[in-house]
Amino acid sequence: MTRVQQLQLALAGAMLAVAPWIIDGAPYESTMGLVQKIFYFHMPSAWLFLIAALVAGVASARFLFGRAPSADYWAVAAAEMAVVFGIITLVTGPLWARKAWGLWWVWDARLTSSLILWLIFVAYLLLRRFGGPGSDKLGAGMALFGLVNVPFIFVSVNVWRTLHPQTSVVPTLPVEMGAPLWFCLTAFLLLFLALMSMRAGLARQRARIEALYLSEEEA
Amino acid sequence: MTRHALPLLLFGLLAFGPREANAQPQPSADEFVPVAEAPPGEQIPAINLVGAAYGFVWVVLVGYVWTLGRRMSQAERDLAELERRRS
Repeated sequence: MTRVQQLQLALAGAMLAVAPWIIDGAPYESTMGLVQKIFYFHMPSAWLFLIAALVAGVASARFLFGRAPSADYWAVAAAEMAVVFGIITLVTGPLWARKAWGLWWVWDARLTSSLILWLIFVAYLLLRRFGGPGSDKLGAGMALFGLVNVPFIFVSVNVWRTLHPQTSVVPTLPVEMGAPLWFCLTAFLLLFLALMSMRAGLARQRARIEALYLSEEEA
Repeated sequence: MTRHALPLLLFGLLAFGPREANAQPQPSADEFVPVAEAPPGEQIPAINLVGAAYGFVWVVLVGYVWTLGRRMSQAERDLAELERRRS
C-alpha cells in the first residue's frame, strides 16, 4: 500500500466516522422526515457506482483497441468498485423508498437499469474469475455494454415518469443539506480512489505472479 | 396413452385453468375504513430503516477493505515465494 493510499484511507475513515454527527445536524426534509437522511450515503454511492462503470468501460476500450495491458488492471478494479458501490446503492435505495413511497421497489427505468448495470458487473467479475483464457477480452466487451448503460441511467429520472427524485434535486439543495452531502461525497470519493488504486495494484501483482509461473514452467 | 396425456393436460390447463381462477375472484373493497394507527405489521419506524442503511454501508465497506487486504497480502506472499525460488 502506497503512502497516498494510506492517507486517502485514513482520511476517508475519519470522515465517515464523523459523518453521522454531521448528517444528524442537517435539517429534516419536509415530506419525508428522518428517512431522507439515507440520501447522504445513498447518493454518493450511486454517483460512484456510475463513475466506476464509466472508468471500467473506458479502461476496457483502451484495453481492447489500444492493446494496453495496464488498462485491464484498472478495468477489473473499477468493475469491482461498481459491484461494491452498486450493492450499497441498491440496498440503501429500497430502505429509503419503503418509508418514502410505501414500497421497497418499483420496476421503473432508473431502478431497473441500475439493477441491470450492477448485474452486468457481477457477470463481468464472474467471467474474469471463472472464464479462463480469453475472458479478459470478453469481459472488456461486457464493460463496454455497461458503459453504454450509464448515460441512460443518469437521464432516466428526467425523461421517464418515476417515483425517484430527479437530478435537479442536488443543485437546488439548501446549504444546510448541501454541505453534509458534499462532505459525504468527498469521504466516499477518497475511499473509492484508495480502494480502486489498491485493487488495480493487486491485479498488476497477480499478472506478474502469473508471468513468473509461466517462465518457471518454460524453464 | 402417455403420448396423449401431456397435450390433454396442457389443453385442460389452458382451457379451464384461467376460467377456474376467474370463477372465484378476490372480494373487492366496497369501502375504506379508517383506523387511528396502521396495523403492527405495516409500521416500520424511519430510525430502523436509517440504521439498517448506515449499518449496511459500514458492513460492506469494512468487509471489502478486509477481503482486499487479505488478497493483497496473499499476492505479496506468492510473489516473495516465487522470487525466492528464482534466486
